[in-house]
Amino acid sequence: MIRLSGLRKVYGSRGREVVALDGVDLHVREGEVFGVLGRSGAGKSTLLRCVNLLERPTAGTVHVDGREMTSLSSGELRLARQGIGMIHQHFALLSSRTVAGNVAFPLEVMGVPAAERDRRVAELLDLVELGDKAGAYPAQLSGGQKQRVGIARALAGRPKVLLSDEATSALDPQTTASILGLLRRLNRELGLTVLLITHEMNVVKSVCDSAAIMREGRIVESGELPALIATPGSELTRELFPLPEAAPGMVTITFVGQADEPVVSELVRKFDVDVNIIGGSLETIGGRPMGRLRVELTGGGSADALAYLRDRGLLVDVEGAA
Amino acid sequence: MNDTNLTADLLLEATGQTAVMVGWSTLFSVLIGIPLGVLLVTTSEGGLTPSGPVNRVLGTIVNVGRSLPFIILMIFVMPLTKLIVGTTMGTAATIVPLTLGAAPFFARLVETALREVDRGVVEAALAMGATRLRIVTRVLLPEALPGLVAGLAVTVVALISYSAMAGTIGGGGLGDVAIRYGYQRFDTPVMLATVAVLIVIVQLVQSLGDFTARKLSRR
Repeated sequence: MIRLSGLRKVYGSRGREVVALDGVDLHVREGEVFGVLGRSGAGKSTLLRCVNLLERPTAGTVHVDGREMTSLSSGELRLARQGIGMIHQHFALLSSRTVAGNVAFPLEVMGVPAAERDRRVAELLDLVELGDKAGAYPAQLSGGQKQRVGIARALAGRPKVLLSDEATSALDPQTTASILGLLRRLNRELGLTVLLITHEMNVVKSVCDSAAIMREGRIVESGELPALIATPGSELTRELFPLPEAAPGMVTITFVGQADEPVVSELVRKFDVDVNIIGGSLETIGGRPMGRLRVELTGGGSADALAYLRDRGLLVDVEGAA
Repeated sequence: MNDTNLTADLLLEATGQTAVMVGWSTLFSVLIGIPLGVLLVTTSEGGLTPSGPVNRVLGTIVNVGRSLPFIILMIFVMPLTKLIVGTTMGTAATIVPLTLGAAPFFARLVETALREVDRGVVEAALAMGATRLRIVTRVLLPEALPGLVAGLAVTVVALISYSAMAGTIGGGGLGDVAIRYGYQRFDTPVMLATVAVLIVIVQLVQSLGDFTARKLSRR
């Protein structure tokens, strides 16, 4: 649905060049929620803004729903943008318009007749559960309500793609959860493809099917969450399941969907080992329990025990001796 | 000139002349100042239609217009006034220098008000595929409306003050009365009455502006 290839963005400021995107390839499949995770300054905001060409890439191509965005004329680009929804960290609502007026704005841009516009606005406000706030002004709403208006507005043109620019970063944890829940629901009910950028692991964990980690203008790793977590040495896995400091000889076991199996007690029963649990972390991702466990194995059967774990399809990582 | 009725007539006529001068020049200042202010914002770096040269030229014009003291501007533009109005004397003739004096001033206030508009809102409109003209007319100007109204009130007050000087080219008005009667004839009661009327008018304009700006603001 969205395919970025060889994307580069260089900002030139008086001879000093800043590379914001340094050869980014990214593929977001139809109907998935894709999260790009990174610290501020990693280039993720530039990446997102390149998708609807708010930022024109220095090099590379941007395909959205089969169209190459960078080659469109300005008129074609405006039309293409009407089919891409966007929500913003600080909501970006018109303070001079009511909630209904804000949602109507993109419909006015699209030239929808007034009668149909009113009908569609009511429908959209119902969709985000704000039907009773149509006449309120943004200043009278809470942050979560403002973002719901933002979402309704972004969906006005029945887009296939929704871009989310840190949409929950200005919200408290509970409101964040409800907005993420709404995005998830829209993703399922409307088949909406969502590309979101965030600096919060929690966002990736709770709504994303796939994720990419960005650092210094590059994608460090990217893929579907279970596959990504199962990748040896994955940075995402380390951040998602934090563990206490490792010492040489310690064993880190990563569970991808087998976290409900009694692996540790099996080891003790089947092999001549003692298992000392150093730390563990468990999350439910995409409805499946996943996690990491750091243990110390002692006893003669250690090597056999490790082989057994690998056979079971678990990711086993032995910390190298110092 | 101690007859109260005569003073009242005099002041009434002068107030009418001031109103004519200020009213028309306000209208023209808005017609010139709003597009000028919009262009100052949109042609600036990071604006909707960035253009360094256009921005610099407009900025220079506005600064030149604002750097001339009004009384000098008024004399300086007399040839232009003659060209437009056909005469350099009288109430109508004052409208040209008044407009030229106030339009750049108002343009700067328009510019400031438009810059106050959240950049994110403009960007959101771009992301929706809105044309730049629509963004100016449906986003920038409506969002800046309270600031524009406040700027307008300040401009009208400035015009009232300028219009006092316009009396010197036969424009009449309250300033003219104050100079001719109060200053040249030592008629203190007329002077005081003129000052009182001016204070009341300025207060009214400013209060009306503040009230409207507050009413319009939905922040």
